[in-house]
Amino acid sequence: MLLSVRSVSKRYSDSPETRAVLCDVSVELKAGTSVALTGESGSGKSTLLNLIAALDHYDSGDISIDGTSLTGLSDKARSMMRRTEVALVFQQFNLIPSLTVEQNLSLHARLGGRLDLEWISTLTQRLGLSDLVDRYPEQISGGQQQRVAIGRALAVRPKLLLADEPTGNLDETTSSEVMKLLMELIQTSGASLFLVTHSSRIASQLERQIHLSEGSLQ
Amino acid sequence: MKRATFGALISHWQKHPLQLLALVVGLAIATALWSAVQAINSEARASYARASAQLGFSGLDVLIPENGTIPVTSYVNLRRAGWKLAPVIEGRWRLPKGSVRLIGIDPLSHPSASALTDATTFKLVNLTSPLQIFLHPNTKEKLDGIPDLPPITLTDSLPTGVVLTDISIAEQLLTHHGQLSRLIVLQNKSIGLTPLAVLAPNLILQSANGSQTGRLADSFHLNLTAFGFLSFAVGLFIVQGTVGLGIEQRRNLFRTLRAMGLSLNQLVVLLLSELVLVALTAGGIGLILGYLLAGALLPDVSSTLNGIYGESVEGELALRPSWVLSGLGMALFGTALASGHAFASFYKMPILTIPGFQSRAHTAGTGYKMMAITGSGLIVTGGIAMVLFDGLLVGFALLAGLMLGSALLLPLLLSKILTIAEKAASGALSEWVWADMRAQLPGVSLAMMALMLALATNIGVGTMVSSFRLTFLGWMNQRFSSEIYVSVNNDEQASELVNWLDSRGVTSLPIRWAEISSMGIPIRVYGAMDHSRYRKNWPVLQAVETLWDDVFIGSGALINEQLARRLNLWPGDELALSTDWKVTVSGVYSDYGNPHGQVLVSLSNLLHNVPDVPNRQFGLKLPLKEVPALMKELQEDFDSRDILAIDTTDIKARSLAVFDRTFIVTGALNLLTLGVAGFAILTSLLTLWNIRLPQLAPIWALGVTRRQLAWLELLRSLALATLAAVLALPLGLLLAWVLLSIINVEAFGWKLPMFLFPMDWLRLLGLAWIAAIIAAAFPAFKLARIKPSELLEVFAHER
Ligand SMILES: Nc1ncnc2c1ncn2[C@@H]1O[C@H](COP(=O)(O)OP(=O)(O)O)[C@@H](O)[C@H]1O
Ligand SMILES: [Mg+2]
Repeated sequence: MLLSVRSVSKRYSDSPETRAVLCDVSVELKAGTSVALTGESGSGKSTLLNLIAALDHYDSGDISIDGTSLTGLSDKARSMMRRTEVALVFQQFNLIPSLTVEQNLSLHARLGGRLDLEWISTLTQRLGLSDLVDRYPEQISGGQQQRVAIGRALAVRPKLLLADEPTGNLDETTSSEVMKLLMELIQTSGASLFLVTHSSRIASQLERQIHLSEGSLQ
Repeated sequence: MKRATFGALISHWQKHPLQLLALVVGLAIATALWSAVQAINSEARASYARASAQLGFSGLDVLIPENGTIPVTSYVNLRRAGWKLAPVIEGRWRLPKGSVRLIGIDPLSHPSASALTDATTFKLVNLTSPLQIFLHPNTKEKLDGIPDLPPITLTDSLPTGVVLTDISIAEQLLTHHGQLSRLIVLQNKSIGLTPLAVLAPNLILQSANGSQTGRLADSFHLNLTAFGFLSFAVGLFIVQGTVGLGIEQRRNLFRTLRAMGLSLNQLVVLLLSELVLVALTAGGIGLILGYLLAGALLPDVSSTLNGIYGESVEGELALRPSWVLSGLGMALFGTALASGHAFASFYKMPILTIPGFQSRAHTAGTGYKMMAITGSGLIVTGGIAMVLFDGLLVGFALLAGLMLGSALLLPLLLSKILTIAEKAASGALSEWVWADMRAQLPGVSLAMMALMLALATNIGVGTMVSSFRLTFLGWMNQRFSSEIYVSVNNDEQASELVNWLDSRGVTSLPIRWAEISSMGIPIRVYGAMDHSRYRKNWPVLQAVETLWDDVFIGSGALINEQLARRLNLWPGDELALSTDWKVTVSGVYSDYGNPHGQVLVSLSNLLHNVPDVPNRQFGLKLPLKEVPALMKELQEDFDSRDILAIDTTDIKARSLAVFDRTFIVTGALNLLTLGVAGFAILTSLLTLWNIRLPQLAPIWALGVTRRQLAWLELLRSLALATLAAVLALPLGLLLAWVLLSIINVEAFGWKLPMFLFPMDWLRLLGLAWIAAIIAAAFPAFKLARIKPSELLEVFAHER
């Protein structure tokens, strides 16, 4: 099993709400498969994704990626996990503003020590970014920025790609384009995809759908 | 409405207390440094004016000789022609414990001076024997042990370091027989009298409004003012940064307020009132700090002025209303200057767009170019001014152009260097670090400018002072080539001493001199006997081939550099020491630290022109290890009231102490300026903190730990400080060159060789690193301990 989330609970200590954001959540994902996580705004989708990405800590339960449990893992080991095994795409694109498109594309792979120039140039071409490599993020459109973010994440050849509403900031046409590219490239790279979305149309493109409501999986 | 909006505006500072603190502290420090210097200067000026009034010299025109002194006969002739004049003899009276300013006056004709109208003094001068000397109790110590003095009267109404006496006594003590230094013109109406210019064509009429102090003291004050101004400017960098940020961060608020019906002008008025409030508060704090600082520095300044320039500054630091007003004015002016740019951009930029940090980074490029062009223009202008004009002020203009111009060039240079570094970087992380530094540049460039200027000033002034010190030391070793100097009180003792020394086989060289005055400049003329000591050791700068032969034949003279520059006399020129005493300048020697003119002629030449030159000082040549024994013997065999022997190692140590004290003030200002620059970095990093997180969070999400990011933050600050230091080095050396070769010549009359002190540079680099680490430590610490949820907020959708 590539990803296994077992009875994970999470409560924000500084939140005025006393109830847990995630309550006894369990989910599994096989290598090379994809799952869509849907749910209302505030239902805890991003929280779950951040826990899987080892960006935050859970209160109880266990998450393991490719057999490695995140429980009790040091900050350094968690960081290494993000550098190589797991890659992220956010709704806000979150490219590095001071680096060019080209630099952004290769950044993650270089950090993870997995620079494969051929793969990056394939990605650049497939994502239609060839003419934009010298631009800075602020000089390209939102759809283009998100394509760069996808390229950056896949360049590292992660086992698991986590995407948090990757098309949430894009208009409908651009959104479909980006989704199409994402699905194709996932196929090519052989990565598993864990995608958060509130659109059932997008969710239906993935192999499996799960729904989060008030912190519990339905 | 007004009140509510003002409250809303001000609430920004409650949310960002550090920003407010930076603004207030920056402005307060700037005001403090500036007003401290002003306080010192005005105190000194007041003290000069007081001294001048005490001596009865203020408000009256003075006749000074074109060269040499004024013969008594000229004075008598002018009196006969109906002019009311008061004669004055003035000179430096060198005593074993330092020199004093000896002023001889005619008590009957001298204008009323507070020193003389003082009840007891008046009685003494008029009713009892006039043969007394008057001095301040603090001066008394210098006269201790001087035998055969007229009775001394102590009075508080004289400045310290001044001895006032009857003209006849002064004549004897200074060996100025029949020669007057100047004549005070007692009436300003001259109807019916033959004009002075006709009666005495070789006397110059100096107006009462002329400078009361010497050029040297003036230039010292100018130096201080320049330093104060520089520190003020460095402080303003902080103000500019925080005001700009305060406006930028409130753009949202402004938009809301505008939407609620506030006009642009109303908004500007509100913002201005806020700034005025801040400026007055910070200015007030700055004044208090400045007052304390001035109080702490004043003793050193007065010992400097006293030790080197012969001016005395006395009295407690007084709180003058004019000083308070000008300090507050400066705070307001500085705030206006520093916030002008922010306000201009406020008017220009459409209020409805919120420019992000990123776009600032990229539009900055053209801004850098404009700044660089302006900067180059300033440097070139300064250079041209230097070529076209001369004078001290132009020297300072060149300095200002250089400093400001280089500061403006800095951002472009830094951005280019960072681009190159980014290209050369091998790792992904280091590439990001350089790129990120470049992106951050608009936010930190002001602080970097401040740091570079502070470092350059430190290097420049440090190089000047150390070069000066080294040269001074070398010069002292040459000039004080005798191991012991002995002075006695009269000629019998002198011959007794010479015999005594002869019997012990100790070589003694007589040191004889006369104080004269030429063109109103006091000059000391030495008579030297031919000896290898002169030929080998004298620190000659420029000379004719036959220098020493010319001197000892009696036709030539050596003059010190100050005199050479002041009178523009160089080897081959003729120097008139008095109307009938002329010599040819055969050489010029360096005489650092001495504000007065000196001439060296052969002893026979001196004796021929001033026959009664006393023979009371001798330089003894002997091996260093025999010095203590001989000193002891001298003390045993001679009465201590008759003889004064000085070990030159002692003199050298004392001179060096005076020298070092002179530069305590500049050293202190230097360090303070560096501190201000460090503070500027801290404030800029702190104010950038909020914009910083969105840039760091994505990198963290890609698998760079918070601890790593914190270290990078520290390294980044260190790298910037190093860059600033490296760029400051050439600027500092240029600054040193200007100070040594231009400013010094204009202000002090001597040019100094420049020495390099790489160890000092390393020490400064260390200080810059410390400043950078301290400044970055807090943000880095915060970053290392930040909660993941805070970083995750950056990715939250509801932003
Ligand atoms: N850092 C945080 N501190 C406190 N509460 C938080 C934090 N992040 C999210 N929450 C709360 O947790 C709940 C789930 O948030 P989130 O996972 O972002 O939901 P979703 O992504 O499904 O919209 C929300 O009620 C949100 O307010
Ligand atoms: Mg979410």
